[in-house]
Amino acid sequence: MTFIAKPKVAHPSLPKNALGFTRRDYEGALSTLCAGCGHDSITAAIVEASWGLALEPQNVVKLSGIGCSSKTTAYFVSGGHGFNSVHGRMPSIAMGANAANRSLHYIGVSGDGDTLSIGLGQFCHAIRRNLNMLYIIENNGVYGLTKGQFSASADVGSRAKKGETNFQPPIDPVLLAMTLGASFVARSFSGDKQQLVPLIQAGLKHQGFALIDVLSPCVTFNDHEGSTKSYAYTREHYEPAVHADFVPLEREITADYKEGETLPLIMHDGSRIVLRKLDAAYDPTNRTLAAAQIQERMKAGEYLTGLLFVDLEPAQSAFHVVNQTPDAPLNSIPFEVLSPGSKGLEKALARYR
Amino acid sequence: MSAANSTRVNDFTIKIATVNGTGSASANTLLMKSIFRSGIPVMGKNYFPSNIQGLPTWYEIRITRDGHVARSGQVDIMVAMNAETYARDVREVAAGGYLVYDSTWPRPALLKREDITVLGVPLAQLCNESFNGVRTRILMKNICYAGVLAALLDLDLERIRELLAETYAKKPQLVESNMKAIQLGYDYARGAFACPLPLRVEKMAKTAGHIMIDGNTAAALGCVYAGATVAAWYPITPSTSLMDAFKMFSDRMRVDPASGRKNFAFIQAEDELAAIGMVIGAMWNGARAFTATSGPGISLMNEFLGLAYYAEVPAVIFDIQRVGPSTGMPTRTQQGDLMECAYASHGDTRHVCLYPSNPEECFYMAVQAFDLAERLQTPVLVLSDLDIGMNDWMCRDLKWDDNYRPDRGKVLGKAEVLELKKFYRFLDLDDDGIPYRTLPGVHPKAAYFTRGSGHTQYGAYTEDSADYQVVLDRLLRKWATAKKLVPRAVIDATAGAPVGLVSLGSCDGAVREAIEVLKSRGVGVDYMRVRSFPFSEDVERFLTAHELLFVVEQNRDAQLRALLTLETAVEKSRLRSLLHYNGLPISSSFIVEGVLAELQPRQRLQPKGAAHG
Repeated sequence: MTFIAKPKVAHPSLPKNALGFTRRDYEGALSTLCAGCGHDSITAAIVEASWGLALEPQNVVKLSGIGCSSKTTAYFVSGGHGFNSVHGRMPSIAMGANAANRSLHYIGVSGDGDTLSIGLGQFCHAIRRNLNMLYIIENNGVYGLTKGQFSASADVGSRAKKGETNFQPPIDPVLLAMTLGASFVARSFSGDKQQLVPLIQAGLKHQGFALIDVLSPCVTFNDHEGSTKSYAYTREHYEPAVHADFVPLEREITADYKEGETLPLIMHDGSRIVLRKLDAAYDPTNRTLAAAQIQERMKAGEYLTGLLFVDLEPAQSAFHVVNQTPDAPLNSIPFEVLSPGSKGLEKALARYR
Repeated sequence: MSAANSTRVNDFTIKIATVNGTGSASANTLLMKSIFRSGIPVMGKNYFPSNIQGLPTWYEIRITRDGHVARSGQVDIMVAMNAETYARDVREVAAGGYLVYDSTWPRPALLKREDITVLGVPLAQLCNESFNGVRTRILMKNICYAGVLAALLDLDLERIRELLAETYAKKPQLVESNMKAIQLGYDYARGAFACPLPLRVEKMAKTAGHIMIDGNTAAALGCVYAGATVAAWYPITPSTSLMDAFKMFSDRMRVDPASGRKNFAFIQAEDELAAIGMVIGAMWNGARAFTATSGPGISLMNEFLGLAYYAEVPAVIFDIQRVGPSTGMPTRTQQGDLMECAYASHGDTRHVCLYPSNPEECFYMAVQAFDLAERLQTPVLVLSDLDIGMNDWMCRDLKWDDNYRPDRGKVLGKAEVLELKKFYRFLDLDDDGIPYRTLPGVHPKAAYFTRGSGHTQYGAYTEDSADYQVVLDRLLRKWATAKKLVPRAVIDATAGAPVGLVSLGSCDGAVREAIEVLKSRGVGVDYMRVRSFPFSEDVERFLTAHELLFVVEQNRDAQLRALLTLETAVEKSRLRSLLHYNGLPISSSFIVEGVLAELQPRQRLQPKGAAHG
């Protein structure tokens, strides 16, 4: 239970990041999710990624809607403000918060119900606005907190715990985001930390909307035989297509990568994403081809994973570019600058005389 | 009352019936502004359809030497330019009044009224002879009737030229063509009728230090002056012009001259749910943010408003009320959202509401709304309406005190947080029910978790009954603090009467005029205009001090009366409702008649003078 304080004991030998923080400093309250829940692994990956990037904890803003996934923002980076809002409306809170202060890292954690049903509209419009945030969907195909109803990401033919079969086609957030013009679209599996941690790091550093759809099995309501979002089924059907390593600015690219097989992409601050194609035919820089391939493989029952599409060109659609806001956060601009004073008022009223 | 037999200089009402999308708005504004510039108080009301072109629209101009701001409830001169509404327009003219119509086509039916003077002007014919092009002819026909009125009322043509020159500063050729149409109408009327009419205007000096402005523009200006930097909304009549005005002012006054960057963010949201979410997100993060909407938008915002109330996040919402229920009549006015706003959302929620009565107050209350929202860490709703928001009102010059600094409320900075042993978000340290908050990015020690789920006063999730109740009870103490901070009612108890009128918002002008009329008929009444919810303490005192209270409001279900009975100790039996809800702004005559209908039978039963002590 979250009201039981989690002991903050750090062994002196724990490794420290550039800020002198250990991984423990990026943890949060004790999880109240079911033992074995995929979401807890994602929480751990966020902790690892934030520690690795040496983020100032207070500069992390954690946002969520409602549902099991949305609870998890309480379980990482306790030094950052969190906002657990209403069902499906986290993107609008993120939009407002980001408009007020563009200098912080915004991590949104949502679920398949929160994003693809009640919040589908806000999700689409956050992409359309190219809101600078990392948006993680903890996707388990099921409503957990209300005990096992299908979600909009449930596959055709998938069977619910109570025996019912789903016949409605799923909404795939990855394909949707690619169609809407998202510049960073990834899919991963909660059980693959190796793949997930660098994706989170790259997503956090990406300037613009970064989506990671994480298949995250629900051990209680969707881990049975016949479910297409169980641990067993996911392990069998997820196909890493592109591995993305995140290389921070200060680190050299090590010699592990063979020429020709890797594609280093330079991010806005000089850090790099090194893509390793595991599927030779896949091109994560071509939106149309990549989308076609994802769809094709999906028909064959395979989930391509990794950084499925990326475009690091500075986007004209980015919210603060479109709005021409200053580099300094709007919430830091002194009142004296904002208010035009009595002289300004006289001028403004001239046309109403 | 016969208008024709008495010279009513600077005291009459003109109504102009046209078809929307034909440029009549420019002609009407021109007329009204030229009267205003002649120093004569004037009121303008636009009754327009929810449509872009082709439906009936009316504009009412009241010339009022005594400076009344409401409708009189009478039409003295009707300009009937719309064949479709002729019949009812003719009926509406007061006995002894005038009807101006386009005599290009004969209208024998018009002659059915013998108690009014019919003035036929062949407007279409005049314009067809002088202008080319169908569109131009239609537009000029409407400018032409302004010329006719100028002659009939004795308006100064030079004033009109001056106004046209300002409007078309960048297109001087339009000044000439418009002036030509004015002159056509003017000359025809001078030749055909005895000009000016007994109803006419005469220069005064009563508009100095005043402006003609609509409430949405004034509220937007207030937001600029309050230092709002994030504006999010979804288009909805009649609130949209508030956002347009904010953008217009900000584009002029908020752009950094050196960098060209804009010190504001203007977000057209995907719906009202998102709009309020953005406002909450931005204010949670330390920017002043607002949205503007109307009743249907408030309905959609309900869930988020409850979150902001319970999670204690400031937000500013302008509700420019229109006619409901449902889509209702979107371009007509009403005060139908009083209950909806006061208790928006599920569970025990109550919101601070402000009720401006005119554009001037919209400006000041906009600023006040931000101060209250941040001081109280709660949503503040400013309830304007279509009448205030979209009509031009004559008001006193807006003034700005350069010493004003925003009240950002109890926000702890880094240094203050570091001094604390531990920061707890929801503790009532000052016994005013208002806790301390911090902004993201300050320090890890200042971090807290904002949630709409049950929480303890320390900010942790809870399902514990006692812990939950501690927070809910503190919110009540905060409500008591709000009572002391909100604007007090405006009370005029000079009559010292046992009878009081209680009203709010845009009813104010009509009520004040009605009180004068009642006084002239020997009926003295006191007046209280409520300006906020929760009701300030003076509201209860006024209610207690009066034997009989008329609650004047513009909705069917007596919502203000309902709020008064719910939130004060007043007995229902002492409250009489005067309800106006046909979509047009309330008139003074409606109130006078309503009060007299109730009082006069009573007076007969009482010794003379008792009713108005």
